[in-house]
Amino acid sequence: MAVAAEEAQFHVLAVDDSLIDRKLIERLLKTSSSCQVTTVDSGSKALQMLGLREDEESTSPVPADKNKIEVNLVVTDYCMPGMTGYDLLKKIKGSSSLKNIPVVIMSSENVPSRTTRCLEGGAEEFFLKPIKLSDMTRLTPYLPKGKLKEQQRESSNDNNYSNQSKDFCLRRQGQDSPVIA
Amino acid sequence: MLPLCSRVLLSHPFSPMSLMALREQLNMLVNSMYIEGLLDQQFQQLQMLQDASSPGFVAEVINLFCEDAERILTELTKLVDQAVVDFQKVDAYVHQLKGSSSSVGAQNVKLACIQFRQFCEENNKDGCLNALNVVKHHYYLLRNKFDTMLQLEQRIQAYDSKQQN
Repeated sequence: MAVAAEEAQFHVLAVDDSLIDRKLIERLLKTSSSCQVTTVDSGSKALQMLGLREDEESTSPVPADKNKIEVNLVVTDYCMPGMTGYDLLKKIKGSSSLKNIPVVIMSSENVPSRTTRCLEGGAEEFFLKPIKLSDMTRLTPYLPKGKLKEQQRESSNDNNYSNQSKDFCLRRQGQDSPVIA
Repeated sequence: MLPLCSRVLLSHPFSPMSLMALREQLNMLVNSMYIEGLLDQQFQQLQMLQDASSPGFVAEVINLFCEDAERILTELTKLVDQAVVDFQKVDAYVHQLKGSSSSVGAQNVKLACIQFRQFCEENNKDGCLNALNVVKHHYYLLRNKFDTMLQLEQRIQAYDSKQQN
């Protein structure tokens, strides 16, 4: 196998049936680190990208697949029609070639047994939706060194009001606490 | 308690407002939406994700959310109108809308969806009919304010690019 001339960018595969959540996770990831993000809307498509067939035995060798891409991290929604995020997790962790790829699961429901099940199934992290910027710091262990930009970016936003022409809204006074009547 | 800014803004479409005044209008509008419970902290996340490299992010997400919500509301209207309601199908759509409203910070819509799901669970058709109306009420209120918000943002951004030319 030829060695790539330049270092390949860190590649995240995000899986979610909701378009809005795909947009959000993509932006969150790109804001927090310099990585490439591919989004797909189903577990089956994710498996295709990973070069794994749905019906494949987990122990059989992965055939050379021209559609297969190099993925360094998988972030997946739990609740999806067809293949759930948990099913996808099991497929990945059950594959000799893919089991070392960290898998992070997101869910809108806070069900402790679900969280446990996913972590026991090999998921590295479990996020509750809606996902926030601060959640990205929990991905630090899985991102390449020096790639996490979010903390630097957040602290510069706090101090920088001069770039207002590009900002959507002025930050509210006391921006960390919500204004609630 | 309709915020003053949205009445004032739309009554004088041609008077040139200063950039600062526009920004203040936008700020007041968004603040009022937080106070009235239309938006929650998750919307702040969206604001934080918009920057020079992605200047249209909030507008894009708002537009996607509205398209999606209206598609779902249309489907729900048909489903809840049936003689025999398929509560599972209804619940699946409400779950979707709950998810997207939660992700964009549309608090009142999200809360109305949570209530709606209760009625689905109870197989309560009247409850569902009512709940759908509540969701629609909150959604259209929000959409109107989003429209104003995005108009303001466009004017601010247009002002900026005019200034630069």
